[in-house]
Amino acid sequence: MAFDIIFGNAARAAFGPEAVILALAAVGLNVHFGFTGLLNFGQVGFLLLGAYGTSVSVATFGWSLWVGILVGLVLSVALAVAFGLPTLRLHVVMFAIVTIAAAEIIRILIGSTDAIGLTGGPLSVSFDAEAFYDLNPYPDGPHDRYGVGTFEFTGQQMWVITVGWVLVALVSLVVFLIVRSPWGRVLKSIREDEDATRSLGKNVFSYKMQALIIGGVIGGMGGVVDAIKTSGADPNGFRPQVTFFAYTALLLGGAATYVGPILGAILFWFLREWIESFLRQLSAEAWLPSTVADFLDGAEGVISVAMVGLSLVLLMLFRPQGITGSRTEMQLDAR
Amino acid sequence: MLAWVIPATAQSEGGADSSQPTVLEGTLRLGFDQYFAGVRLAAVDQSGTSIGQAVTNAEGQWSVAVPGAGTYAVTLDESTLPEGIGLREGYDSTIQVTVAQGASRAVVFAVGEAPKGTPFGERAAQTVFNGLKFGLIIAMSAIGLSLIYGTTGLVNFAHGELVTFGAVIAWYFNSSWGELNLIVAAIVTVIVCGMLGAGLESGLFRPLRHRRLGIFQLVVVTIGLSLLGRQLIQLFFGAEPLPYTDFQVQQRWEFGPWAVTPRELVTVAVIVAILLAVGLMLQWTRFGKATRAVSDNASLAEASGINVNRVVLVVWAIGAALAGLGGVFQGLDTDIDPFLGFQLL
Repeated sequence: MAFDIIFGNAARAAFGPEAVILALAAVGLNVHFGFTGLLNFGQVGFLLLGAYGTSVSVATFGWSLWVGILVGLVLSVALAVAFGLPTLRLHVVMFAIVTIAAAEIIRILIGSTDAIGLTGGPLSVSFDAEAFYDLNPYPDGPHDRYGVGTFEFTGQQMWVITVGWVLVALVSLVVFLIVRSPWGRVLKSIREDEDATRSLGKNVFSYKMQALIIGGVIGGMGGVVDAIKTSGADPNGFRPQVTFFAYTALLLGGAATYVGPILGAILFWFLREWIESFLRQLSAEAWLPSTVADFLDGAEGVISVAMVGLSLVLLMLFRPQGITGSRTEMQLDAR
Repeated sequence: MLAWVIPATAQSEGGADSSQPTVLEGTLRLGFDQYFAGVRLAAVDQSGTSIGQAVTNAEGQWSVAVPGAGTYAVTLDESTLPEGIGLREGYDSTIQVTVAQGASRAVVFAVGEAPKGTPFGERAAQTVFNGLKFGLIIAMSAIGLSLIYGTTGLVNFAHGELVTFGAVIAWYFNSSWGELNLIVAAIVTVIVCGMLGAGLESGLFRPLRHRRLGIFQLVVVTIGLSLLGRQLIQLFFGAEPLPYTDFQVQQRWEFGPWAVTPRELVTVAVIVAILLAVGLMLQWTRFGKATRAVSDNASLAEASGINVNRVVLVVWAIGAALAGLGGVFQGLDTDIDPFLGFQLL
């Protein structure tokens, strides 16, 4: 069994663009859920609009990439307002259901055959992200590799992940600063007891809306990174399970902490890819009975997602505060 | 039902080779089982000169050889399509295509069951019936969702997977293990699903409630279960949609404007009966009153001598059993695939 290959795959996934995207989604979710107590199950909708806003602006309207990125982020803000206006006054669980449905509606609309002219519909959309790669300082020859052993990236990948992780760090710094401010303390008090906060004269609705917008834009940035990484967007990449992956990362690392979502995203991709690679290598082993090998062959992805589900259940049972979280911050009782 | 006509061979423009003849071709079909033979097509070049004609064979295939690279217009003679079949609304019977030298180019016509033939009233009546049937399936599947939410405050995100589980288990009993008649299989399925629901409650959710986990943690547990269940079903059942072996092809009965298969009638009748039964049970029986008491105020109900845990257990069993039955009906109506329940949800 080639454990160096398995480790290389897992490490690449843990620090690659996917982990950046997941980290941004989880940091945004942390603002919603961890600090404000908003049960947003439609985070994938922000990623989707970030990615499609960028892709469609460049591919369909021929605008520059930088304008496209701006469009993607503006759309994220618009989505946050659209989510928030009718639903923020609802019961927390109802808010969860509305957001999951709304994100799915957007995905289905964008992926429908009627939208082919605008978004590519089910055919997905692709564009040229050259404006971004032109700034790449890493030499990107066919033989340029950065890393150790099987853990290595090409020059282009290096550029995406460098920008990506810097972005994650900056965003986390901003979140740290605003949550530590008096404004952030109001958010936490909303999480702990909404009615008490309201009785102190705070406009709870407005604070929740601001939190929703900030977290949504951070999620939208994840979508933008996704669009640049894949030079396009595909409706199938934005299924509701992406939101649940972000929750898994957040809860694994620890909600309501600053490094939790980032650590969680890295660990999530490391473990998921490790399991997938391990199973792929295992199904090729000669000593395995052929029925087991046939069963495993091609099922690696399905099994690894099943593991995500299992780990969510186990996390909630045994360590709801995650790796770095504190138990008292996770005692919110949504009523 | 409308369907795209899918070309038998995907476009093979890549292998352009001047020694090969240049061909326009396609297949006229609806879904994967209905091919249209004897349909006439004609091709003209840009100056309007006729290049050739073709008639589809028994597999719905046709092809026209053209002199070389260029743009051609292919016209489908709608009058030669079978009765009740026409081009989809908004699609033209003439399609312009450009073909490279030596390539074969697939020309796709969007054919569907013509809506023109049926009067609006009949279509509306049929749609109302289909909507009613689908709504009833959803209503029955969702009884458990709302009863569980009412009694324990838990939104069960894995409820859709219970529905899928019902459909899939019934498929196994029906086609794979023992080849039971579907009606027997459905009854077995209801029992299995009910036991699964009771098992989830007594094995997982009751202990969790007693550990005073917040509602959010419980919701996340159900999301985890939903992911896990869906993947496991996909792992064992596969991602391909499959039908049940019984009651597939049935003659439609005409009732005035409605054309209904017996299987649809049975679906509607059974569900209406069950919905009525559940409603009456909640309203009039001791257990129904206890359930409503628990959902109003669990502590008060407990104090007045109601065994809350038992009520919740039975609610889970009934909810899961009905979800499973809903899955069977939905699987009968469409086909069974791992995302069936999730889409219903």
